Amino acid sequence: MMHNYDISLTVNGEPMTARVEARKSLVDFLREDLSLTGSHVGCEHGVCGACTVRVNDEVVRGCLMLAVQCDGARIETIEGLSDSGEIADLQDAFEKRNALQCGFCTPGMLLTAQELLANGSTPSRDDIREHISGNYCRCTGYHAIVDAVEAVAHARNGK
Amino acid sequence: MKPAPFAYAKARSVEDAVKLLSQHGDGAKLLAGGQSLMATLNMRLSQPGILIDLNGIPGLDGIVLNGGDLAIGALVRHAAAAKSDAIARHAPLIAMALPHIGHPAIRNRGTIGGSIAFADPAAELPACFLALGGEAEITGPNGARRVRADDFFKGLYETAIGPDEMLTVIRLPAATADRRYGFAELSRRHGDYALAGLAATARRDGESLQDIRLAYFGVGLTPVRARTAEAALASGNIEDAVSALASDLDPPDDVQETGAVKMHLAGVLLRRVAAQLTGARA
Repeated sequence: MMHNYDISLTVNGEPMTARVEARKSLVDFLREDLSLTGSHVGCEHGVCGACTVRVNDEVVRGCLMLAVQCDGARIETIEGLSDSGEIADLQDAFEKRNALQCGFCTPGMLLTAQELLANGSTPSRDDIREHISGNYCRCTGYHAIVDAVEAVAHARNGK
Repeated sequence: MKPAPFAYAKARSVEDAVKLLSQHGDGAKLLAGGQSLMATLNMRLSQPGILIDLNGIPGLDGIVLNGGDLAIGALVRHAAAAKSDAIARHAPLIAMALPHIGHPAIRNRGTIGGSIAFADPAAELPACFLALGGEAEITGPNGARRVRADDFFKGLYETAIGPDEMLTVIRLPAATADRRYGFAELSRRHGDYALAGLAATARRDGESLQDIRLAYFGVGLTPVRARTAEAALASGNIEDAVSALASDLDPPDDVQETGAVKMHLAGVLLRRVAAQLTGARA
């Protein structure tokens, strides 16, 4: 039996309405209904962080929140952050330092890193590692990712 | 995997949620932060007929000092608690535990009430609640009642919350100058569920510790008080206290470790936490 509900929300600045099945996760809604495929689906139980998106300015697991719960919410995905230029420096640093190989974790990693840096602080390498500990990368061994995030933190603070 | 189909209802108030629970009985599940529930549904370990979403209920996200108690609304999220001056000042044990819970994205959604009501035996907050000797306010069709932490945890994922009731407030005795707190856990990676952990409170009385409460997590079906070790530690002998754990704990093997290793780790944790309790207050 299908249980469908109407929601209205804002995705990457664009107001919209949609009819969603109750069991549909936010990340599946973004990928399948809106074709925003930058957010990835990995483990589907909140461990890997590939589905990370922003809801009302906070990063969340897109697989552990239902689309139907996002009625009235403001959603931002890697597509929105990328287009707005908000994380252009992080993206450049990831590219320059080879902080990605296959790229599957990268959208989630960027959103999580941006949350850490958004308060204007200069986190230590340990702080960075702890903050991204919920985002798995199976290619890089994390070192280059920590390098890239640290470099951006220093650059943003004029160090 | 994707969850099996379910219906969805957004509760407007505690009364509304309780009414929906009564209507739908066993087929209903309460959805708070969803950080454990959604994973369970995605793996189809549970297939409720309807989810009752509590997130829109006003008034359950307060943190209020009331006389000698700190009242924490069930919907206070981990991230909000971590930023709260009231938690840092009046419930320092909770502040010590919060950074160990999951990851930033999990803490942005997960709730204090959800964690305690779900009662995962390896979770931090149920053990803190027990160590602090707090009180749960549970609301059902006949109004609210209070249950002490010592009577709250009944079995694996089982609590004193009835099928038509919900957890609404957690009350914790506010910190006083003579109170000491200790917290430590051992996990393979930061943010993982602990192999074993220990939350503790005590009252400093001159050179000795009194009213010691040691609450272990990850070593049984519920958070577990180590009462024999509490008594041994009160008489001031850490070695006796570590030995006494053998009569307090009987950790089963699980997917992470054998019971024997967990038993050893329980002793390691006790030495670390006892040092925190006897040390100068930070």
